[in-house]
Amino acid sequence: MKYLKYLLFGILFGIILVKAEMISWFRIQEMFRLQSFHMYGIIGSAVLTGIISVWLIRRFNIKTIHGETVVIPEKKFNRGQIYGGLLFGLGWAMTGACPGPLFAQAGTGAAAVSVTILSAIAGTWLYGRFREKLPH
Amino acid sequence: MIAFFQQPWPWYVAGPLIGLLVPALLLTGNKTFGISSNFRHICAACAPGNIPFFKFNWKKESWNFVFAIGILAGGWIAVTLLGNGQPASIHPSLAADLAVYGIQPEVAMVPSTLFGIDQLFTVRGLILMVGGGLLVGFGTRYAGGCTSGHSIMGLSALQWPSLVATVAFMAGGFLMANLILPYLLAL
Repeated sequence: MKYLKYLLFGILFGIILVKAEMISWFRIQEMFRLQSFHMYGIIGSAVLTGIISVWLIRRFNIKTIHGETVVIPEKKFNRGQIYGGLLFGLGWAMTGACPGPLFAQAGTGAAAVSVTILSAIAGTWLYGRFREKLPH
Repeated sequence: MIAFFQQPWPWYVAGPLIGLLVPALLLTGNKTFGISSNFRHICAACAPGNIPFFKFNWKKESWNFVFAIGILAGGWIAVTLLGNGQPASIHPSLAADLAVYGIQPEVAMVPSTLFGIDQLFTVRGLILMVGGGLLVGFGTRYAGGCTSGHSIMGLSALQWPSLVATVAFMAGGFLMANLILPYLLAL
């Protein structure tokens, strides 16, 4: 039962991804060809809302519903963010989807996307397997 | 009422709603918004193969999997109950470019001419689905996050490594969409 809220947040996110056409392969192509403001508007306003929210939480030390202090793990820089980021970007423009939209695409009945999801799991596995040999 | 929700939602509605998921997850369970970690959790649960990167208590991260299942269900609800049956309008110059490769706008947001089951038996489809999927899975983990974890969550918390990652995501996307993809679509 304690996971029900995450299911509901996921459902909300999935509906937004589809209704705002963020899972559309065409919208992603338009974004990378600078032919539409749509995706930039979404990501920009989402980040702005997030920045204000996190600032308010920190400024007023707002606690979770369980009374805990909110903890956001710090992301440490390593060169993987550049190399991995570039590789992910290539795949993003090919599939027209980042990981969240992949699940939403599958939900809309695009059955072949399950192959893309399995490939993404395989890609993650390969990273884990060869992690020590990669520059970070 | 329903018709109101069936139209495509504008960016200024979708963006702030997605942004609000950040405080929603933080305040209801101290969780940080992110999706791509799920792939790592699935590896750890199904095929850890004695790899250190996959030896951790993945059961503690089950909420993230429930979140992903929710996204899948949300996708289904959006097309079944809130669909409008209209093909997405696309930029005329993109439409003209794609028509050359036989790709037309469809009601489905994932064009079946590229991502249909039958396309898995073509070189083009295989490269886009399997090759693209591998890059998404490998790249997001190498970068330590995806558009959700870095570009939304990381930037919301003003973490500069996430800005580096976001710039790299966009650079890779621009490179693929403009310089490489035309050759792949021609296959």
